[in-house]
Amino acid sequence: MIIQTEKLTKRYFHKNGEIYALKDISLSIDKGSFATITGPSGAGKTTLLLALGGLIRPSSGKILFGSTPLHDASDNKLASFRLNNIGFVMQNFALIPYLTAAENIMTPLSLQGKPKDMQRHAAISLLEEVGLSDRADHLPRELSSGQQQRVAIARALVNNPSVLLADEPTGNLDPSLSEEILNLLARLNREKGITVILVTHSRLAESFGTKKIRIKNGSIES
Amino acid sequence: MNLFQFVFIELWHRKSQLISGILAITLGIGVIVSIQSISVVSEKAVAVKLDNLGANILVLPLGTGIDDYYSADIDAPTMPGEYVERILTSTLQGVDNLSPKLTRRVNIQGQSIVLTGILPASEIASKPLWQSAGLFGEELQLACAPGATANKSHGYENELLQRKAIDTLAVSDCLIGSGAAGKLLLKEGSEVIIENQKFRVSKVLPETGTIDDDRVFAHLTAVQNLLGIQDQVSAIEIMGCCSAISDGLLSKLRNILPDTRITTIGQIVSTQIETNKLMNKVSIIFLIIILFVGGISIGNYIWANVNERRKEIGVLRMIGARRSQIYYLLLLKASVLGILGGILGYVLGTIAALLLGPYLADLPVNPVPIFLIWSVLISTGIALIGSLIPAYLAGKIDPFINMQEV
Repeated sequence: MIIQTEKLTKRYFHKNGEIYALKDISLSIDKGSFATITGPSGAGKTTLLLALGGLIRPSSGKILFGSTPLHDASDNKLASFRLNNIGFVMQNFALIPYLTAAENIMTPLSLQGKPKDMQRHAAISLLEEVGLSDRADHLPRELSSGQQQRVAIARALVNNPSVLLADEPTGNLDPSLSEEILNLLARLNREKGITVILVTHSRLAESFGTKKIRIKNGSIES
Repeated sequence: MNLFQFVFIELWHRKSQLISGILAITLGIGVIVSIQSISVVSEKAVAVKLDNLGANILVLPLGTGIDDYYSADIDAPTMPGEYVERILTSTLQGVDNLSPKLTRRVNIQGQSIVLTGILPASEIASKPLWQSAGLFGEELQLACAPGATANKSHGYENELLQRKAIDTLAVSDCLIGSGAAGKLLLKEGSEVIIENQKFRVSKVLPETGTIDDDRVFAHLTAVQNLLGIQDQVSAIEIMGCCSAISDGLLSKLRNILPDTRITTIGQIVSTQIETNKLMNKVSIIFLIIILFVGGISIGNYIWANVNERRKEIGVLRMIGARRSQIYYLLLLKASVLGILGGILGYVLGTIAALLLGPYLADLPVNPVPIFLIWSVLISTGIALIGSLIPAYLAGKIDPFINMQEV
């Protein structure tokens, strides 16, 4: 078990009253699994992903990463947790526009204070792994959407995370590129044993899942 | 790549914003440096001029006016000559030269003439034209002038304005002003009886256009003995450094000599002090303006930068940047802007001072290197203060800002 939640609830206050984004969600995700989270828009998929990734704190309930509680961790502890354990892949790629592909990949290592040589070596190695070794010094705007997403995946892998969280990673890609990216994630899951948790609307993406979580109105659909 | 390089890459990526961001602070620092550079030279130049004018502080016995001193009435009060030692043995800064004087109106050959006792070694040739009498020895060092080089640079050699000291004046010799010499029909080498004592005229002083033209000068000790008022003086003329005067030299002198009246040659000193004060006030006003405009300008730039980079800061937070690392990135950037603004402001201000100084203050202006340090410190301080709030708000940007649905 790598991630476990217990009665996880997230509510927001609105002038019309409380809104429950997540309500009493209890789940467990095994280490090395490929989990997909699906559901209609506004169901709470991304909120669940944020909570699992230590990006938000729940209003109530528990989140355990291994044996580490995330639900009551401080801001700094959550930042440190994300930096050392989680890789993020976003629909909009979330690359820094003025950094080259290699520099974008080096950023987490830079935040960790790793030596420059090690950063560069790791970035080049990962670019080779995602098939972009000749694009190391290209800015994001000089890359195609698929290439940008592969750079984003390389950045997500550079800190050797145990969990890769992906929020609609194929949402901005055409079907062939989508499959290419999904295959890449599946390969990383299979070969490196990285746990992948994927939020998606896509049936194709969902088909890659070994654990499928469907949520509706903030609760897990039984 | 480290965070320092990260900042430089970002700055380089947004060069035009960088220029607009530091423009206000550069101009502001430039104006201050310019005013201060001219002000420094102006103060030095006025100090030298004032120094060359001679004594600018007069210590008189209590209850005595300057008129009494000049009229030298027979009953004009005196004060102990020991006061000179008191000043000399004090730790006062800015006292260049002391000249004790005993002045009395006496009858010489039926004429009422003012006899002034002076100490040769300390007597200041405050009347520069005396030089032509050929009585004077080595130049005195100026206590508050900027040194020999600066002195020469102001052309005093050519103007024959260097102060000299009277090396020797025998107790039986006297100097006679040109007017008095004419009245008494005396010339160099003549003998004259003053209060039943014979003096030899060692020199007739050239005309100065002052009351000194009608005076006879003799050794202070000789005059004290002659008049029977040993160890007493009518006045102590002091060469005070003008900046020291503005820093409260007069009040310090009053503490040392409480039972005296201490006055300055007001017009000259006060004009200089007022000019310097005005320059300093203008600088302070500009500094306050810079604090506000420069701080707001840099703060606004950083704030705009934070807003433009919300997603980027969100990415950094998402992948694990701590809030302190976000503060560091933005404050480091503000520091770079401040340092650049300070250096450019110094260069701009110095160039402006070099070009405008000769027109505005009629003075050649030299760069003041210490201002570079002040410029960078002030500019960086302003940039950091102006960026505190934007940096704090940047640290509060949510790490999930790039997510599609929350």
